[in-house]
Amino acid sequence: MSALLHVDNIGKRFGGFVALDGIDLEVQPGERLGLIGPNGSGKSTLVNCICGTLQNESGSVQFDGHKMDGLAAHQRTHRGLARSFQLPRPFHSMTLADNLRIPLLYTVRARAGLLHSAGDLDARCTELLTMVGLDKKARHKPRDLTQVEMRKLELARAMAAEPKLLIADESMAGLSHSEIEDILKLLVQLNERGITIILIEHIMSAVMSFSQRLAVLVSGKKIADGKPEDVVRDPEVVRAYIGQ
Amino acid sequence: MNTTTFSTIVAAVGLAVLAYAHWLGVDYFYFAGYTILQFVVLATAWNILGGYCGYVNFGTAAFFALGAYSAVFVHKFHPLPIPVLIVIGAVVSGIVGLGMGYLTLRLRGAFFSIATLAMAVVFQTLVVNWEYVGGSRGAYIIHPENVEFAGYKVHYIEYLFTLMLLLAVIAIVTARTIERSQLGFGFATIRDDELAAEACGVPTLRVKLIATTLSGAFMGMAGAPFPYYIGYVQPQSAFALDYAVNSIAMPMIGGTTSWVGPLVGSILLGSAQQYATVTISSAVNLLIVGLMLVAFVIIAPNGLIGLVQERMRAWRKS
Amino acid sequence: MDFNLLINAIFAGLLLGGFYAAVSAGIAIAFGMLDIVNIAHPAFVILGSYIAYTVNINLGVDPILVSILALPAFYALGAFIYQVYYVSFEKRGQESLRGLAFFFGLLFITEVTLILTFGVDYRYVEAAYIGPSIEIGQFELPLRMLVPCVVSLVLFGTIQLFVTRTFLGRAIMAVSQDQLALQLMAADPIRIKRIAFAIAIATASIAGALLIIIQPVEPSVGRDYIGRVFAICVLGGLGSMPGALIAAILLGVVESLTATFYGPSWAPAVSFGFLLLTLAVRPAGLMGR
Repeated sequence: MSALLHVDNIGKRFGGFVALDGIDLEVQPGERLGLIGPNGSGKSTLVNCICGTLQNESGSVQFDGHKMDGLAAHQRTHRGLARSFQLPRPFHSMTLADNLRIPLLYTVRARAGLLHSAGDLDARCTELLTMVGLDKKARHKPRDLTQVEMRKLELARAMAAEPKLLIADESMAGLSHSEIEDILKLLVQLNERGITIILIEHIMSAVMSFSQRLAVLVSGKKIADGKPEDVVRDPEVVRAYIGQ
Repeated sequence: MNTTTFSTIVAAVGLAVLAYAHWLGVDYFYFAGYTILQFVVLATAWNILGGYCGYVNFGTAAFFALGAYSAVFVHKFHPLPIPVLIVIGAVVSGIVGLGMGYLTLRLRGAFFSIATLAMAVVFQTLVVNWEYVGGSRGAYIIHPENVEFAGYKVHYIEYLFTLMLLLAVIAIVTARTIERSQLGFGFATIRDDELAAEACGVPTLRVKLIATTLSGAFMGMAGAPFPYYIGYVQPQSAFALDYAVNSIAMPMIGGTTSWVGPLVGSILLGSAQQYATVTISSAVNLLIVGLMLVAFVIIAPNGLIGLVQERMRAWRKS
Repeated sequence: MDFNLLINAIFAGLLLGGFYAAVSAGIAIAFGMLDIVNIAHPAFVILGSYIAYTVNINLGVDPILVSILALPAFYALGAFIYQVYYVSFEKRGQESLRGLAFFFGLLFITEVTLILTFGVDYRYVEAAYIGPSIEIGQFELPLRMLVPCVVSLVLFGTIQLFVTRTFLGRAIMAVSQDQLALQLMAADPIRIKRIAFAIAIATASIAGALLIIIQPVEPSVGRDYIGRVFAICVLGGLGSMPGALIAAILLGVVESLTATFYGPSWAPAVSFGFLLLTLAVRPAGLMGR
């Protein structure tokens, strides 16, 4: 398998409700994949199953040549999978800088013994905050942030884990046009450094300009997967999603 | 202030307290002081799991009593010096803490707490039915009146007081060291948002297990000298729910986010209870604890430390 | 094995379990439906016992009658406590640690107030049905266990009917599952929850009277019940009243058998052991959602 991420027929139900119905997905190293679908189609559940926050009941997830099944979320993060949460989940009792320190301490340092000194850690935190434009608020706590700033923090925290694959789950909701541009630029920069990115979004302009490939999820099934221009013209996609 | 400096200061304060007590020469001071210091250890221990990680343990009494009953068990077998019993108590309760954590930490908040209560009762029932340590009839521990140290005769209660003071110093220094370490950060992430912590690479189960083991071990250490202090141990009193309410109330009243809270809370509440026992009756103790717990939890959720911090923030702004 | 002993133990267990249902009704509502961990509930039950005792001893009124007359007072108490709980914790989103501590404090306040008022002696009530038994063949059904069991089942049945047949009852079920949807139906979820919690506390009045009929009561008796009621609700499946009833009867029988054949000192371990087993194996309980 040369694919970085290989999702093979995964299924997940909640009681009687089938959230994921046999999804296959492959992501190549260095790729920019867009993932779209109506609310409730299973996008976040898919992310949760890939990252280990939820355990899928059937099928398997392979990342970087290793089977992920049974691995806890933190172990998958150590292997290079990172995600931002759709609804931001910052650590409320800590400053923004400390929020970023957590993945640095528990993932990056654990991985390669880098970032030995406190000074290194501080410098990296500042660097990350600057990338998302939050460096002025490094000493603030999440309660002082706007919704938009919380999403940026969410993204910065995912980036802090130095992932091979970053899943950005609706990071752009509520952002202004220029802010969306900033985030896109940032993601493209990360991608140019070799980080594979899955972008989950509702903002079609962003998805179309960013993605090299586009997958569409509806009611737990993948109904399309290919070049963005082709996918948006697929009649089934138009009917199920864009036409709504 | 680094750990060495802090430890030295705390140890110095401890020595000062000891010197003062010795100079006073009043036995009651030792008896009352022992109880309060015991609470310092229990409250600090509880706070490691409860305040730092956010997991409320109702089973304090079980770990405490296990420390006490390990001492009783060993005593019946072959009496050993109390410091050794303290280590044994720490190991026994630490292992139980590890086991309990492994079984219950996968449960969310309220279920975890109820499970800890359940474990406490199960252990109590086991001890009640264990004849070797006295069962429900209890066990008597007879101790000498004095202890000899390098030619000096020390009153037994002074000896116990010193030991408990030492344990309190160790507990406080440990708590503060954890707070400032990577482990302390890990604890805080679990309290704030466990799911996000996992996503950031924090091995949450392992971190929580460290918390339950440490917490349990310290409670066991506090319990080991108890049979020698009280002379007569029975499950009814050793496993009393009173230990649970105190070890929860003291950190919550003092403030749960740092080592200062449990210390402040246990000294205040412990002294108040001693005062009430002497002047009114011992039944009123728990009424005081209950009232203060409810009052603080409603009015000052971050405890006394929280109030002080708010005052300082307001003062700084003006 | 003595067959007679076994059957008597089972019958005693069934009656006991029926009574346990009354005690757990309050938690089935508060914890099962409203997610409120009211560990002070057993203390309120004991409060009910003492109220029944006081009026029974001084005025000779039947304890169950007393408990019914006391219902409005308990209801008001429940409404008040919920209001405090809501304003202090639920609104601020801090219900887990602080809410637990709050109810823990209430448990002790109630218990010690009773100790200071009544002392630690065991109290018991007097009624016509305490003493005689019904005999069926060679088996005895003590009336002092049968009457509480029947009343408990009636109570449980009433609540189940209320929850499934009335608008208010179904609103309570709804609020436990989807608060937003309820709001959209123009019902005030806070008011609904307050009513539900008040009802839960009101059941403590009746459960208390039943308790003191079955056994003499002193203030700390409530502590034995903390684990029992949560064990029953978890085993039965949170939010399911019929589940709680089945679990209560099951627990009663197992406890009775344990006490008869292994001695009463092992009985507390039964309910708590059950609880731990359920949490470990099937946290959703027998009939959980």
